[in-house]
Order: sequence, then structure tokens, then C-alpha cells
Amino acid sequence: MSKLVQQQDLEFLLNTVFSAEALTQYERYADYDQEAFTSVLDTARRIAETHFLPHNAKADAHEPQFDGEHVTTIPEVKTAWQHYAESGLLSARHGYADGGMQLPALISMACNAYFMAANPATAAYPFLTSAAANVIHAFAAEAQKHAFLEPMFSGRFAGTMALTEPDVGSSLGDLTTKATPHDDGSYRLKGQKMYISGGDQDITENIVHLVLARIEGAPAGVKGISMFIVPKFLVDEQGQCTERNDVKLAGLLHKMGYRGTTSTVLSFGEQGACVGYLVGEAGHGLSYMFKMMNEARVGVGLGAAMIGYRGYLESLAYAKDRPQGRRATNRDPATKPVAIIEHADVRRMLLQQKAYVEGSLALCLLAARLVDEHEAGGNAESGILLDLLTPVVKSYPSFYGPRANDLAIQVLGGAGYIREYPVEQCYRDNRLNPIHEGTHGIQGLDLLGRKLWQHEGKGLKLLLERIQVTLNAATKHSELRETVALYQSALKPFMTTTVELGQSLLSGKAEETLANASVYLDIMGKYVVGWLWLEMASKALEQDDLAAEFVQGKLQAARYFMRWELPEAELHLKRLQAGDDTFLATKPEWL
Amino acid sequence: MKILVAVKRVIDYNVKVRVKADQSDVDLSNVKMALNPFCEIAVEEAVRLKEKGVAEEVVVVSIGPKACQEQIRTALALGADRGIHVESDVAPDSLAVAKILNKIVAEEAPQLVILGKQSIDSDNNQTGQMLAALADMPQGTFASEVVVDGDKVQVTREVDGGLQTVELTLPAIVTTDLRLNEPRYASLPNIMKAKRKPLGVKTPDELGVSIDSKVSVLKVEAPAERSAGVKVADIAELVEKLKNEAKVL
Repeated sequence: MSKLVQQQDLEFLLNTVFSAEALTQYERYADYDQEAFTSVLDTARRIAETHFLPHNAKADAHEPQFDGEHVTTIPEVKTAWQHYAESGLLSARHGYADGGMQLPALISMACNAYFMAANPATAAYPFLTSAAANVIHAFAAEAQKHAFLEPMFSGRFAGTMALTEPDVGSSLGDLTTKATPHDDGSYRLKGQKMYISGGDQDITENIVHLVLARIEGAPAGVKGISMFIVPKFLVDEQGQCTERNDVKLAGLLHKMGYRGTTSTVLSFGEQGACVGYLVGEAGHGLSYMFKMMNEARVGVGLGAAMIGYRGYLESLAYAKDRPQGRRATNRDPATKPVAIIEHADVRRMLLQQKAYVEGSLALCLLAARLVDEHEAGGNAESGILLDLLTPVVKSYPSFYGPRANDLAIQVLGGAGYIREYPVEQCYRDNRLNPIHEGTHGIQGLDLLGRKLWQHEGKGLKLLLERIQVTLNAATKHSELRETVALYQSALKPFMTTTVELGQSLLSGKAEETLANASVYLDIMGKYVVGWLWLEMASKALEQDDLAAEFVQGKLQAARYFMRWELPEAELHLKRLQAGDDTFLATKPEWL
Repeated sequence: MKILVAVKRVIDYNVKVRVKADQSDVDLSNVKMALNPFCEIAVEEAVRLKEKGVAEEVVVVSIGPKACQEQIRTALALGADRGIHVESDVAPDSLAVAKILNKIVAEEAPQLVILGKQSIDSDNNQTGQMLAALADMPQGTFASEVVVDGDKVQVTREVDGGLQTVELTLPAIVTTDLRLNEPRYASLPNIMKAKRKPLGVKTPDELGVSIDSKVSVLKVEAPAERSAGVKVADIAELVEKLKNEAKVL
């Protein structure tokens, strides 16, 4: 069985829950059919299993090294990169005219799932490159595309996004990196960036940094931010790398997890000669970057889901294999011990993981389905729903993926705590996900302070419509009676409180309301994933060719979710409804 | 020259195989199917010979239900040029497969026929040898190296205790062993190109071959589960157990 994902689960999600084949009705995807999707997924799985999975632990144990001049990574990373690039996955989502394969987002997301489960740190290099390439594709001038995009698609160049500075993280409006216009139309940049993933490496010929900086004299705040392409090596008209640009690696940072991905401090323009090329219009840098950021946020959610999934499969296999103890009713020491999965408390930890990770994967695939409906199907409403859900897609898996890994360690006991088993690495890797691409707190502010109310609150209305469709279908199954009833009764307080929070914001109580924004984010995550569990259970019951254990597993996880997870959200809702001010009223000096 | 490669649709090697409750066969419902790994090596070898300029055309043939076309497409995505599907809902035995392939060989007149040495489902290791007899061609089985030189092919064979190199006059039959090559995976552009490559369909009837089997499967059983090990106190006890319990001495 695959160590990366339960194949049957992934196929069920793609084919039954998110009807992958129906995507071929869109003109953009008309060349595809079920068989082609399967072939693409097979290729991804194979590269992930052969070239990513085997060095996951090695890359963790042998962090990239910097000798003051060059960075060295283990050679397996470069081999993995080459295979990924040769497969065509780097540009797969793009149009045929741009050298892409017009692969649906849903299938692309499923392909990425294999890589994230196999080796998230090595997968970061191609994923960052794809994301940076997407921005260049969307906003850069033709000449810039010619110079940088094509080599990124073919795997010669990698990409990064350079936003954060030593003193500026979440609050990007305050960034200070400067850009000065030069006679030849380019710019000279000066400043320092920090936590830049993939900021230097020895894998590709060149690195294309997308840097946010302020052009001299630009206004303060976000409106003064522009985006620049800053290559590690300058590129001549024939596309060959020439001299080294004045962007220097100041040092590597040493992370808790994701150790195979370099995390860098970069100095731009120490010699005053850092060449940068303005992307699009001045002052639009942050909005361009958000194109990449929204995709990256969904990608973070997927990474968190899949590292969680990997831990679940590891601990499941261990629990089936590890004999220890006897049933509570058996006091005979002469009898054989049972596998620990026979103990209900171990099954609790496994079922909980299953609920988190399969729910999270479903959530990420939903986001991809919405991208397809919006971009290829022209469905504006799907785009609005995606906007609303993006903070949830980033945050639910990031919050519950590490919890799943925590449970996986607990299932393995002592074995879970030692590096000879893979689950402690999963935990360390996954701990990054609530931090990068907008912290958990930032996502909460984005959801409660902005996303819910965009398009006059239409996103929430669309979500509720979809939930209603699921409820209508699920009600028909007697097996789901209790689960549906629990969800339905929990839905009302969610709606009432959400409306009240909106009114509170309108009445000017921004600080009071947003003080609990990350709690609200968690609540919303539980309602959305709870809905997806109902959808999965209901769709599983409608299929007559699924293994009975598979269907029962989905039903039981849905039951668990409504009995144990949703009530937690209801409890939090009560606090929010009462205007709980515990955190707001806590004075800094008391801490 | 033209190379014909025979490929088979089998249960994916990642799948844990289950036996049907009535023990008539293994359970194929809702199970992931794939190209037989030995056949994949055969396709890879043919494609490499084409890339080296030794062969001009690589034709793949598969026998089985319509779903076999998935595996033919896979082979086309790996670099084969054309597919032939011999459609049959009944699973033919090795001899019937060899007879069908023999007809295809007569029609296509390939210089080289490459097959996997066996399929990972039935493990018979018969088809290539039977085809060689029917087509009256020399055979080089269990190949770990294939070198075409003019109208000869040198095949290094993995035999018990070492390697044996034989030289065959073309046209010839080669069956592949696991170490012959490491097959590539299909890139996305090649997966899409494969959809446009020609794939012809025939039936055993049209080829004048009866697929009635002389072999019938009586019962399929799962391998016995491995029981837990025991610690022995000393060598005497070990020898005693090997003699009387395991009965291997």
C-alpha cells in the first residue's frame, strides 16, 4: 500500500465527491478524459515514490550547508527536481500556447498531494517555482517572460518570493527595501530580506527572486510597494546566464522542520549594483503578490493535510502491527498480546487523525475544484466562494494537521518520539504551516475582518447553499440521521453569531470583534470540514461498488466529527456571542 | 526495423491482492490496474532501441477486455508508436495468448518481439517461449542486456549461477528480466500525445484463433499467514524443531 495517501480515498474524492471527469466538459480541459487523469496521477505518484520519498529523512538529517561562498544540498534533491521538471509538472496548469498542458487544478492538486506526503521540503522548490512563474505569467512584460518564464517552466531556473524583512513580517506595508530607477529602465535595489525559502541553492542554474520593494519617493504603506524580478545571475539576450547579480546570501537559517528547504537571509545591493526589473505597474506589487499568495496559501493547506495524512498512515500501520497488552476482560498472561489497534483509546487517536486529515484533503481538493469552476468554467460564484474559503483552506489543515501528527506520535509511544521512526519529522515539518504564508492570526483577521463581507456577504450565502444541497441528499440515508441532525442543529447558532459579529464590526467595534478572530477561524473551519464529512459519508453511501469497510470508515469519521468536533465549535460560538473579552482585557503588564 | 512488444494489464503491484469469497479467482472489483512491470521493461527497451536509431517503429499489442486500452495508451505514452488491441472478455491462457501473438507477428513481421518474462498476476513464464516455438523464431529469455548488431541480437540472460550470453539471428524473441533497464514514467506532454497515436482493434475470431482454454482454475487461495516466531533455548532445540516441526532436515 502506498505510504503517501490511501489510493482508494484519493480516487473516491476525485471521482465521486468532486466529479473530476465532469471537468472535461470545460473547453480548456476537453482533451482530457478519465484515463489521461489516471496516467498523470500515476506519473506524479511514481516520481514522488521513487525520487522524493526515499530522501525525506536524509534531507532532514543533512541540512543544506553554507561555506560562506556556496550552498550545498544533498544530491538527491537535484535529481528529484530534474525528474519533476522533465515530467512537465512545472508548467502543467498553463495553456498549450505557453508550453503548458492545461491540466485541471483538481488533478494538479492531487498530484501535489503525493509530493507533499513524500517529501514536503524538497517539494517546496518546484512548488515555489510554479507559484513565482504564475505571477510572472500573469503580470510581467513579454520580454521578461521570455527571459525568465521559459527557463522556469523547463526547470533551468527556480523561483522564490521575497517579501519578509528582518523587521517586517506580517505587516508588509512597513517594508523598507528600496528601488532606485536606473538609466537603462531597470532599477537598483537595496535592502535585506529574511526567511526566503529557496533563496539560494545548488539545484538550478539560476534563481528568480520576486522582490517587494519601495521605489524612491513612493508613498508609505501598501500603495508604495512595487514588485521586481531580481535574478541571481543576469541573463543575456540568448537566455544564457552571465554575471552574478548583487544579491548575496547573508546566511542560512536553521529550522525546526522543512530542513531540506533552504531558509535564507538575502542582502540586495550591498555593492550598490543589484539589478531589478519592475513587474507590471509601480505601486501594484502587493496585489500582484497576492495572486501568488492565495495559491500559496491553498498549497500550505495541502502540505499540512498531507504531512498529517502521512503520519496517519504510519501510525495506522504501526497500530495494526504492534502487539501490546490484552483486552480489559482478559487477565490471562499466557494468552498472546493483541495489536494495539484493538484498544479503543488507540482507535480514538486514529479516528481523530482520519477525521482531520481526510477532511483536510477534501477541503484542499474542494478549493482546487472551485479554481477550475471559476477559471475554466467561467463560474464567478465559485470564485467568490473560493475567496471566502481561502483562509480556511490554509488554516484548518495547518491547525489540525500538526494535531494529527501529535496523535500519530502518541500512537507510536516511545517509537514516535525517536528519529528512527518518521512521525516526529512529520510533526516538526508540519509545525511550520500555521506560521508561513500569513500566520493563523492573520488568516483569522482576513476571514472575519474582510473575506466574510466581500461581495456583500455573498460568499457565505453560496457556502450555505452548497451545505443545503448536501444536507438534502444526506437526509435520505437513514445511517446518517443522527449525523445530519447534529450538523443541522449546530448551523443556526453559527449563522446568528456570524451576523452579530458583522453588526458589531459595522458599529465600529473592530478591536473588540477581531480580538477573537482566530477563534472564529477555527469555528468556521469546523463547520466547513463538518459539511465535507457529511458530503463524503453521503456520497460513499450512494456508491454500490465501494468496499463496505471504506464506506463504514467514512460514516464513522463523520459521526465522530459531529459528536466530538462540532460541539467544540458551538462552545466557542457561545463565548463569541457573549462578546468574551478575556484576551482583549488582558493588560500587557499582567503577563 | 520494427519491434513488437506484448503488454498485459494486471493488478497494480502496490495493491494488496484479495481472494474472492468463493475462491474462484482474485478480486478485481474496484482494484487499481496497471501495466505489468516486466512488460513495462519490455516497452522501455524497445523505446530505447528506437531512440538509438536501431528501430524505426515500436508496436504494442495487448489482449483482454476493452480496459486494456489504458495499458496500451500507457505504453504509447512511454514512447511506442502504435497499438493493437485484441479484444477478448475471456482471459486467455498462455497458449492462447501465444497463438494470438503468433498471428500478429505474421501480420506485422517484426524483426524483434519483446515480452516480459512473466506477468505478476499468474506468474506462468510461458508466453514468450510458446510464441518462439509457434513462430519458429530463436528465443533469448530473462534478458538483462540486449544488443542488436546487424541481423543478430546478443542477449545476456540471467540464469541460475550467473549470466549467459546468446546470439540469435533476427527475427527473434526476447523476454525481459527485472534488471534489463529502469523504465521511465510518462511525461505529461507524452500522455497527451499518446491519445492521438493510432490504436487498432481486432478480435481472436478475426485472427482465426480459438481462445478456449485447456487449463481451468480449480481454486485460488491466499498464501498462509506467517505465524509469529519462537525463541529456542539452544541449537539442539533448533535442530529438533527443524526436523520435526518444519520438517526441512
